[in-house]
Amino acid sequence: MKNKTGRLQSVWGALPIALFVVVWEIVGRFNLFPGQFFFPPFSAVVKEFYHLTANGVLGKNFLSSLTRVLIGLFSGSIAGIFVGVVMGWRNVVNKALNPIISLLYPIPALGWLPLLMLWIGINEMLPITIIFICSFFPVVYNTATGIRHVDRKYIQAAETLGASNMRILFKVVIPLALPNIFTGLRLEAGMSWRVLIAAEMVAIPTGIGALLMQAESLVRVDIIMVCLIVLSVMCLLFEKIFALAEKHMVGRWSTHA
Amino acid sequence: MPDIRLVDVSKHICRGLNLTIKDKEIFVVVGTTGAGKTTLLNVIAGVTDYEGSVLIDGVRMDKVSPRKRGVGYLFQGLALFPHLTVEANISFGLQACGVEKATADKRVLSLMEMVRIKHLAHRYPHMLSGGEKKRVALARSLAPSPQILLLDEPTSSLDHQTAKYLRSELIDVLKKLEITTVYVTHDLREAEEIADRIALMSHGKMEQVSSPKEFFFDPRNESVSEFVGMLNIIECSQSRVLTSGLVEVFSDEMRMVLPYDGNNIKKIAIPPDDIYISDVKPPGPALNRFKGKVKDISRHGSNVRVKLSIGKNSLLAELPVTAFDELSIEEGNEVHVVIKLRRLRYVES
Repeated sequence: MKNKTGRLQSVWGALPIALFVVVWEIVGRFNLFPGQFFFPPFSAVVKEFYHLTANGVLGKNFLSSLTRVLIGLFSGSIAGIFVGVVMGWRNVVNKALNPIISLLYPIPALGWLPLLMLWIGINEMLPITIIFICSFFPVVYNTATGIRHVDRKYIQAAETLGASNMRILFKVVIPLALPNIFTGLRLEAGMSWRVLIAAEMVAIPTGIGALLMQAESLVRVDIIMVCLIVLSVMCLLFEKIFALAEKHMVGRWSTHA
Repeated sequence: MPDIRLVDVSKHICRGLNLTIKDKEIFVVVGTTGAGKTTLLNVIAGVTDYEGSVLIDGVRMDKVSPRKRGVGYLFQGLALFPHLTVEANISFGLQACGVEKATADKRVLSLMEMVRIKHLAHRYPHMLSGGEKKRVALARSLAPSPQILLLDEPTSSLDHQTAKYLRSELIDVLKKLEITTVYVTHDLREAEEIADRIALMSHGKMEQVSSPKEFFFDPRNESVSEFVGMLNIIECSQSRVLTSGLVEVFSDEMRMVLPYDGNNIKKIAIPPDDIYISDVKPPGPALNRFKGKVKDISRHGSNVRVKLSIGKNSLLAELPVTAFDELSIEEGNEVHVVIKLRRLRYVES
């Protein structure tokens, strides 16, 4: 009964997407949008997707983008978690770093681009650094907040049970701050793709963003749409991966996860 | 097990607190909310900073961190680690102390058996009922074999029946372990049941520290008497020394004689079960005997409480149902009231 209800809900959820695709196909095929070149039907986009995949163009550019996102996001998150934990755990570090973080955090990641182009130059490090910055600040902020908001009673309880400071940090405080840390990671997982595409469109000749720019110059709306679909799926997928990781690590005990 | 001494301890509402808790004693602290009971426990555990000194077994502990004081603490909010199972919560302290895994597992198992939660070993705290959580917290605080156990309202927020069961289990466990225990509660009945000594804390001060019997029948001042809440407090208009150690006091129409050295009695306290009532005039001298009117009769378990008025004074008498049933007394009746002389107690103004 439960499975049947679940299946019904899935079908119901997929219906708007199917409807959207059907409308898209009709509008494109019957030229209801001014200029056929500017609005290809869904089937033409699928055909181009197959073509770009078969000739390796999409794969090559996708791999470049994916590598940049993985390196930038991973290093930014690790650094963000480390700094956030130290800031949250040690008040003196928090007092020293918090004003700097508060000043830098509001700057949009793409705002750093002109400066980084001058400092780093146009090379592989540019998009990676942008993604690093994009993930670092929110993860620092969420991690430090999570650590600081762990209820003092848990720390006191661990102290009376004989736990050392390091044991309290790693066995009590960080696990209890995980929901906050994951909030930062989940948000930035999708955001890193958005920032990457912008960086690639402006400065880098490879990657999905660069492919988008080439397609624009050739008035290839079908390729642009393929790139946008890939981008959308990757944003969703990355967010979903972190959501699943959160559920796996926190879901058993957290009533909120 | 060690004794605990607090010398001139000040923290929050507590000012210049001096207290000695004896070795292996179950010391119950009662008091209203905000009286400083939890602060007292936090000071002993060392989880808060304070002025003054705490000595455990004669050793000054002020610079000793909570992890080295040998104190097991059941917090009022329990503070069970939500990300750890019951089993992992209990073994946390053992692992922290570096106990070998096999030994730790055995100890965890025996503690779970002792507080009857073995079947909950793999559950997380949010899956447990209030009573189960309290049992887990108790087992966790006992796991590292502390020298001192601090229990902050261990039966609060439980239904009456569960609280009763948990209390009787606690008494068994504490008797078995013979551990110096400081037990905070605001339930006097619980305190009386469990304590070797009771202390009433009010506004950060110890109003009275004494045995349960003394605490209930010999309140040292009005604030203790009011907290105990079962005594009849009568205002005295004048008093006169009869002979050495005997004083005659007057309150409205009542003239009473009580044992007291001095002549400055302003109020007296009478335990309700020391007031006898009769529908016929009792034999004997007319000392501490009055005529009163029954205002109200109510049953409380195996006792009956009779509210009486003697002139302008109002008294509450408590007698067993069996004794009450032998009398033919109804509301509005006039009755004879006898107040037991040797248990009359003065209350300082």
